[in-house]
Amino acid sequence: MKPKFPIYGYLAEFHDGDELLAAAKRSRAEGYTVMEAYTPVPMEEVAHTLGYRTSLPFIVLAGGIVGACVGFGLQYWTSVIDYPLNIGGRPYNSWPSFIVVTFEMTILFAAASAVLGMLWLNGLPQPYHPVFNVPAFELASRNRFFLMILSRDPRFDMQSTKSFMDGLGGLSVKEVPH
Amino acid sequence: MSAGDDFWPRLERLRRLAFAVGGLGLAASAFAWFSDRTEFTRMWLIAFLYWIALPLGSLALSMLHNLTGGGWGLAIQRWMQAAMRTLPLFVLLFLPIGLGIHELYEWSHADVVAADPLLAHKAPYLNSSGFLVRTAAYFAIWIGLATWLGAGAKRLDAGGGEAVAARMRYISGPGLALYFLAMTFAAIDWAMSLEPHWFSTIYGVVFIIGQGLATLAFTILLSAWASRSAPLKGRLLPTHLHDLGKLLFAFVLLWAYVNYSQFVIIWSANLAEETPWYIKREHGAWLVIAVVLIALHFALPFLVLLSKTVKHKPKVLGGLAAGLLLMRLVDIVWYVAPSFSHDIHNPGFHLHWSLASNFLGIGGLWLGVFLSQLRNRPLTSLPEPDPQALAAAHH
Repeated sequence: MKPKFPIYGYLAEFHDGDELLAAAKRSRAEGYTVMEAYTPVPMEEVAHTLGYRTSLPFIVLAGGIVGACVGFGLQYWTSVIDYPLNIGGRPYNSWPSFIVVTFEMTILFAAASAVLGMLWLNGLPQPYHPVFNVPAFELASRNRFFLMILSRDPRFDMQSTKSFMDGLGGLSVKEVPH
Repeated sequence: MSAGDDFWPRLERLRRLAFAVGGLGLAASAFAWFSDRTEFTRMWLIAFLYWIALPLGSLALSMLHNLTGGGWGLAIQRWMQAAMRTLPLFVLLFLPIGLGIHELYEWSHADVVAADPLLAHKAPYLNSSGFLVRTAAYFAIWIGLATWLGAGAKRLDAGGGEAVAARMRYISGPGLALYFLAMTFAAIDWAMSLEPHWFSTIYGVVFIIGQGLATLAFTILLSAWASRSAPLKGRLLPTHLHDLGKLLFAFVLLWAYVNYSQFVIIWSANLAEETPWYIKREHGAWLVIAVVLIALHFALPFLVLLSKTVKHKPKVLGGLAAGLLLMRLVDIVWYVAPSFSHDIHNPGFHLHWSLASNFLGIGGLWLGVFLSQLRNRPLTSLPEPDPQALAAAHH
């Protein structure tokens, strides 16, 4: 599919987190929805402002439930169905002693789905991302704060978005090539 | 803000109500003392074990917070400090137990011990004078630590600075170990020795985790109650509640973990001297209560506390904490009350009415003293929200 616009988006550079936060709020109010923010320190508030939502908790929950079922099912199947053994006269379905493995499998599956789900939702590993085409962007891991409005945004426009971002009071606004 | 929303009048009303309920409860308990000493003393032990969890859990969590730091501790620090200062009251409240050793513990009767080789073997430890001397030692340790840390906290309020804070950390490390030792032995003496043939090495830890859980639930409930008016309004942030909710979650899991560990070890070994404790408690009403405990002391809070939004809402989190405080009582009743029956296979379900009067009597009196203590010091250690500090935190 051919992209609608010749660029990936506009990248605005800011001195500090408050300026970025204010800019993000104004962009939200202006009606932009497809945005990214890059900061050298974690800023939870920016994520809230940009309307960031994640389905990771539900992936982890599902992983945990699957792990519990697999853990208990494995023990039930081996000790009751496939190879029943009489151990000290205890019932085959000795559920009290199955809890330990069930619990461990719940944690294992939940933790694994947290890591894998995070990578999947992040789209990692990602060998190429257009934002690195802007040389100044490497400062995002040092002392600069960036806000990008992507050209995928329904409200995006080559001229009006550029002039809107120029008015946000950042250090610069740069085009991000595809 | 309306007058009804102000914190101090609300505290004053609660304090007066607590003393009134406590007075009525203790009056009824006095009647029970004269009408049925044995039943009264048994029910008193249950109520005593329930309420002492709050000052002792506060002592333990305060020392933990001195060592680890963290905003969660600042949010509940003042509640815990006030609770620690109520410990001497429990020396007084221990009197009916000290006077009622013969009503409670079969190992205190010479004729029973003489006829029972196992009890005779344990007699060098399990005897009345040893019991009282050890209890005095536990209280000395706890009250000593609470006084020491309380004095440190007062010096910090007066601007004591880093030197005082460092000394409190030095006390808290060994203090936490001492608390664990004293509480382990106290749980053995006060509760486990009700069934002197039976033993469990994790028993003390079960009580310690219960005390931490009760304290967290109590301080969360108080914080939620106080958060809608000054001085906590605006200072107690959703992040504090979130951290406290996570700790509550951890303690709910720990409670299930230690109780399950005790159960699965005894269940797997299947030894005649260990299983009776559970055989009694999976009979009739006690089995129903056990299932209720698993459902409401573990499963429900576990599932509810998984959610992040719940942990940010003072009302929901406070309601859950109130439910857990009730479950603590059910748990202690389930642990202690079946001990009073000697018929393993048909223990019957029996509670005396004085459980209610003792619970409300001790609870009302304690809550009143606790709230009186609260009035003496600043109500929160949380800083005033400062826009400039918030801005600076971003750099």
